Amino acid sequence: MTGVFAILALLVMGAIFGAVLGFASIRFEVDEDPVVDQINSILPQTQCGQCGHPGCKPYAEAIAAGELHNRCPPGGEDTIVELSDLLNRDVIELDEESGEVSEVKKVAIIIEEECIGCTKCIQACPVDAILGAAKKMHTVIEDECTGCDLCLEPCPVDCIILEPVKETQQDWIWTKPNGSDGVPQMISVRTL
Amino acid sequence: MSHRIRDFPGGIHPPQRKSISTLSPISEIDLPKRLIIPLQQHIGAPAKALVKVGDHVLKGQKIANAHGFVSTPIHASSSGTVIEIGPRTVQHPSQIDGTCVVIETDGKDQWIDHQGVENPLTATLDDLREHIRDAGITGMGGAGFPTIVKLSPPPKTVIDTLVINAVECEPYITADDMLMRERADEIILGIQIIARLVNPKTILMGIEDNKPEAISAMSEAARKINNGPEITVVTVPTKYPSGSEKQLIQILTGREVPSGSIPAEVGVVCQNTGTAYAVYQAVVKGEPLIQRVTTLTGGAIKNPGNVWARIGTSVAHLLQHAGVDGSQLSRLIMGGPMMGFTLHSTEIPLIKSTNCLIASTEEELPLQNPEQACIRCGTCTQACPMQLLPQQLFWYSRSKELEKVQQYNLSDCIECGACSYVCPSNIPLVQYFRYAKGEIKKQESESVKSDQAKQRFEAREDRLAKEAAAKEAKRKARAEKSAKAKAAKAKKAAEEAAQGTASDAEPANKSDDALKILKTAMAKSTKLWKDAEKALAVAESTAGDEQKEQLEAHRAKVERLKEKAEKAQNAFKAFKEKSSSPITVTPPITNTEKTKDTETSEKQT
Repeated sequence: MTGVFAILALLVMGAIFGAVLGFASIRFEVDEDPVVDQINSILPQTQCGQCGHPGCKPYAEAIAAGELHNRCPPGGEDTIVELSDLLNRDVIELDEESGEVSEVKKVAIIIEEECIGCTKCIQACPVDAILGAAKKMHTVIEDECTGCDLCLEPCPVDCIILEPVKETQQDWIWTKPNGSDGVPQMISVRTL
Repeated sequence: MSHRIRDFPGGIHPPQRKSISTLSPISEIDLPKRLIIPLQQHIGAPAKALVKVGDHVLKGQKIANAHGFVSTPIHASSSGTVIEIGPRTVQHPSQIDGTCVVIETDGKDQWIDHQGVENPLTATLDDLREHIRDAGITGMGGAGFPTIVKLSPPPKTVIDTLVINAVECEPYITADDMLMRERADEIILGIQIIARLVNPKTILMGIEDNKPEAISAMSEAARKINNGPEITVVTVPTKYPSGSEKQLIQILTGREVPSGSIPAEVGVVCQNTGTAYAVYQAVVKGEPLIQRVTTLTGGAIKNPGNVWARIGTSVAHLLQHAGVDGSQLSRLIMGGPMMGFTLHSTEIPLIKSTNCLIASTEEELPLQNPEQACIRCGTCTQACPMQLLPQQLFWYSRSKELEKVQQYNLSDCIECGACSYVCPSNIPLVQYFRYAKGEIKKQESESVKSDQAKQRFEAREDRLAKEAAAKEAKRKARAEKSAKAKAAKAKKAAEEAAQGTASDAEPANKSDDALKILKTAMAKSTKLWKDAEKALAVAESTAGDEQKEQLEAHRAKVERLKEKAEKAQNAFKAFKEKSSSPITVTPPITNTEKTKDTETSEKQT
């Protein structure tokens, strides 16, 4: 008799837990792969396409699906290390085919006298950072530009150039002390 | 005077070297030929220029307006002509140029019309605030935070203590000391005005015990107050950095400002003595902040002392006034020796927060010896007034482990330099911390930017997808419309075929479609005929004599319908036989004709 009870009890519990799990799997279903989002948040969002994908999110999806995580030149070594940490993969060298790491941040600038207003760069910009209309001069919203250089190639008159971002007092930061060799910038009153 | 004081952890006792600049009273200096006035002299957004090149300005005229909440206006320090507005070398340690308004003075030093409030102790608070805001007053202690922002605490905060910072703990600097000796009454009135705005229960003024003259002058002036809250002058022991806001609050009230918050959260507002004097000038005299006391000192200066310097006076002009022994000069420092920075040019103008200029000789402030390895002695930890672990911060800053460095509360570091001062290995710790702070700031701004780019990229993808969907929907709608039109045309043709002769129907009934159309036409006409017949029968059984004519007409109609139905049936049968017989070959001409037909019909639609 106890055996029957035990089996019944287990069956009932199984049914209850099954129902709860079933409900939870529908109610709390995650649409997207959370790993993709995590990878995407590490990628620099330049949307430059140097990895061979049309943007950072598609590359994040590809990495999650097993593609190598060393094809992002704007992210450089830091991004590879972070991705390796996240995905528990080996830290590997940057894929040379994708391009070189650029140390300076760049911004696209349209030489406005030469612009013919063809709108081709507007269509190419992955972050809608170019403003203009057909046969009207275009201009780059510099704060939004990621420096991806995708607008350079479609321009028929080559009036777009990439320039290093100009440093301002606001975004200047102190450099790392150069250790034992140089004159320090900080003042010491050690020997006062 | 019997106010209980506390101690704060850490701190150092560097040599004072203050006496060299307190021998003579504050002196006036010649009006410089050119005034270079930077638009960014404060923490916050740069001011926006109101004048243009060629404009004549008067002394005290507003030349730039505050731009945003945390910002202040800027005024001309003397009368003259604006000769340039553009980038100039300024006091920023980055050596990056900042926008300046350059005024060529006309020597007349002519004031603009100005007036203060009549009685500052009874005037409305809004009136007082207006005067302080318009005078462009910023914290005179060094950081340069707009004073009006500090004096407008959020509505729900309760301020019970006003702390006046007259500690002046950095070596060499004596600007506040001299000001207190000479203008004690004015400072007291300034403090009373500030107190009206903040409405504290107690007012505490902290002065280091190495300034006995200032203490007695201030106590004397404070005793003379006959109405309003009492001002207690508190002597605090000399120790660096007692003059730091958080440390002074701890000394005077025993309260610690929590990490990441402002003194108002513990019920305290802290203002500098120099600021109190500027408030007096603004409210009582209506004079904006266009000059300040600055200490010119150091071993290479011939006549060290304090001067009333106009904002925008170049360092070169100041040095000329004080006299510099060029052969002795080794370094020029703006600010104190602990927290100031080395100047790279004498063209740099003096700004609202410049309290000191040191021209040092090689011996008194030598360059630091090379950095050596950290020996983990822990002296820096004992010296840190914020109870941080500089040693740990150093390791993590050096290896750029930004997460770790934040866990060790780097953001609480006040960059006082006590740790660097005591380090036996000459490690420039503060510089490492500034570097790490900068990297954190950079990382944060980059992440903001990348989030922005991500959002824009996703918005664009969305937009493109929507555009494509809209195009697709339009295309579908068009296809549907043309299909409908086609069907309607075919139907019309079929009807014509059913009504007209077989030859009329000829061009349309060559295909299966036509066959179908014929069939439906036939069925329709048969049904019409049958229905009509039925109706007629009913009518015949019920109708009276007077409707006979109508009945006749109906009968004729039914006959016609019958004929039509039969015709349709015949046409259908004939066509069916024709198309099913293998001998029948569709003439190519008819075919092309039909294609043409459909083409025209499509065009029409």
